[in-house]
Amino acid sequence: MKILEVRDLSVYFDNTAALENVSFDVEREGSLAIIGPNGAGKTVLFRALLGTVPYQGEIKWAGDARIGYVPQRLTIERALPLTVQEFLNTKLHILRANPSEVKSLLEIVRLQPAILKRPLAKISSGQLQRALIVFALIGNPNVLLFDEPTASVDPSSEEQIYETLHNLEDQRHLTTLIISHDLSLVYRYANKVLCLSGKQLCFGVPQETLSTETLNKLYGAPRKYYEHHHEHGHNHVHN
Amino acid sequence: MSTTTNMAIITFITNNPYYVLLALSTAVAAGILGAFAVMRRMALASDPISHIALPGLGLALLLKINPLIGAAATLLVGALLIWSFEKRTGIATETLIGVVFSLALAIGSIVTSGEELIDALLGNYSNVSPTGFFVGIAVVIAIVAFLLAKRQELTLAILSPDLAKTSGVATDRLNLYFLLAFVATVLLGLRFVGVLLMGSLVIIPAAVAKNLARSMRGMITIGAAVAVASVLAGLAGAIYLHLPTGPAIVTVAAAIFILSLLKKQRD
Repeated sequence: MKILEVRDLSVYFDNTAALENVSFDVEREGSLAIIGPNGAGKTVLFRALLGTVPYQGEIKWAGDARIGYVPQRLTIERALPLTVQEFLNTKLHILRANPSEVKSLLEIVRLQPAILKRPLAKISSGQLQRALIVFALIGNPNVLLFDEPTASVDPSSEEQIYETLHNLEDQRHLTTLIISHDLSLVYRYANKVLCLSGKQLCFGVPQETLSTETLNKLYGAPRKYYEHHHEHGHNHVHN
Repeated sequence: MSTTTNMAIITFITNNPYYVLLALSTAVAAGILGAFAVMRRMALASDPISHIALPGLGLALLLKINPLIGAAATLLVGALLIWSFEKRTGIATETLIGVVFSLALAIGSIVTSGEELIDALLGNYSNVSPTGFFVGIAVVIAIVAFLLAKRQELTLAILSPDLAKTSGVATDRLNLYFLLAFVATVLLGLRFVGVLLMGSLVIIPAAVAKNLARSMRGMITIGAAVAVASVLAGLAGAIYLHLPTGPAIVTVAAAIFILSLLKKQRD
């Protein structure tokens, strides 16, 4: 059964396409990885799925989909005295969720309760990433949208975050959509992959879909490719 | 302070209880509002927003209608202008505010006559009627109730509009209400602090609070307390030294801000 169906999705900013004709679907409890170079429209896709940018085409979430969103980063002024607890309280209050939920969520992401009293702007980027995961999990979502989960953390935290995420998928029967640069993660954790470069370059099972050719197309041709073209042109002139 | 000065201040308070009470209530609203405005990085925008009241004030004086109605009209237009611009572009509105609202100050200065202009710019001791007082208090209660009831939504919407929207907050509407609360606070403070400096009564106490507080709750409380203290001490100083009220109030607030920097440096 599908939890999300996307048909011919396009997003334009000032008449320039940020995303064009993207179509894919996500099975319940599936795990979709979204890959592509910088500026490929990955975050724009998420924002369209969340309904925070205007789009054309069709986005159909299942009626019972409850979405949790982990943004790539949060720009916080360092002097802002907002505590981690106050940050989490905003969502608890808005969703009228049970405050005791936070304690078990902190355990899942391996954060000490003492962190709740610290200013959000002064915790480390790894801790902030986990606090954002806790925030996303408040209200018991069944879909998690994860934008570059490890963009700003060190490699050991990165591994932990993926482990946590993987455990969560099993424990909470979560459907996950993850934007990532990390291809090894895609092979290990995702059962579908979507390649974006403004438009859709591939969609399918990673092992079958991610051919060298597709990856070259996606991330730009490697040097060898250019040389080949150059030689070809050269030969062409000679012929 | 001499006994004569004390007497002058006490006489002023007993003769103008509505004025003093409304000034202090306005300070509470300004202090709480400021905490969110500072978070929203509106520190530089706050002064020009209050400037847009001036052409309304001037035109109302020319047409011999209640100047506050004129000010309310132009402030409302200003708030809607910022709101629609922010909504459409999603970017900071500093350029728009800098140009359009400073122009408003220029136009306002041209249409407002001499003495009235000084009063409008810097605040004065004009009498507050009982009706004006009760309407004013009702507006203060509405502003404070809105800010406190919606503080979680406001905080989240300022921190990350995307997180707010995905948590079910109607951010566009919330932004509009916040801007309306902002202009209502400016309108309330015009009489006491004046068009030029009302933005400072919103921002400076909140800036003090940011230096001293360790939580958002603390920031709101300290902001309100500093605004009240500034208005109280500023009014007393203005009466004592025969100064316009606005500059006296804002000077006190700024002095507290400088003290708060010392505390911040120690931390």
